[in-house]
Amino acid sequence: MQILGLYNYWIFIVLMMCGFYVVISRGNLVKKLVGLNIFQTSVFILYISMGKITGGTAPILIAGKDVVYSNPVPHVLILTAIVVGIATTSLGLALVVRIHEAYGTIEEDEIHAQSEEESL
Amino acid sequence: MVTAVAAVRLRDLFAVVMLFGIYSLVSASLFVVMDAVDVAFTEASVGAGVATVFMLGTLSLTTHREKTPIARKPLLSLLVVIITGAALMYGTYDIPHYGDANDPIHHHVAPHYLEDSMEEIGIPNVVSSVLASYRGYDTLGETTVVFTAAIGVLILIGGARRRSKRDDERS
Repeated sequence: MQILGLYNYWIFIVLMMCGFYVVISRGNLVKKLVGLNIFQTSVFILYISMGKITGGTAPILIAGKDVVYSNPVPHVLILTAIVVGIATTSLGLALVVRIHEAYGTIEEDEIHAQSEEESL
Repeated sequence: MVTAVAAVRLRDLFAVVMLFGIYSLVSASLFVVMDAVDVAFTEASVGAGVATVFMLGTLSLTTHREKTPIARKPLLSLLVVIITGAALMYGTYDIPHYGDANDPIHHHVAPHYLEDSMEEIGIPNVVSSVLASYRGYDTLGETTVVFTAAIGVLILIGGARRRSKRDDERS
């Protein structure tokens, strides 16, 4: 039981590493953004799982009953983070569209090759 | 988790984006299990809905086939990922256990919010009262970020369109 109680962090780490692997090993820009999003969602799971109390319920107050509520503070933080995340993702996708207009490709290697040709 | 791994492996970007939508939906249901209903709503609508639509829009404007990568040292990046993951795993041994009510996180401001927010704010949903009242400045900052991002997207896409139209007229 000593070790089993940590499984939520392990799920988080595996997901985070999936996203990390995509970001560093793939050259396609849309794929990189999907990887960043997987990374981001894994962090959400980390925060939400920290706020959970065993036997607790959602933090919506019920009058006259003695219940355990899960911690509302991480929920608030993650609500903000999700909205900021979609804002940054859409900005990144807009950049991808512009890069495609300028270079005709969304593969990182081809973009590098083209800009090196231009500088020569 | 399986959908995330599949999204990593696939080459067809359309399928990748679809799998990403499914992954978001699955994580939203995970949030419901972990008592975060408000977060689950937002994740299902924003993560699975809007993000997928944006990505599909980008794919329709660009291309939907990922080229087979030209040897980008997959072994090296796999090694980096495994080392980082192992270091993080080692770090978890000092972290409090899942679902434990005695965690330090549950003994700072959270009890105050849960006990007094009904008198001070008057909304039964504690998440809303913290979001809109106790941490209202955070939410204001968040709206600023979204506004800035919207301006950025408009400049990047809209500005470029107008410029190319002007070039067409000149030539």
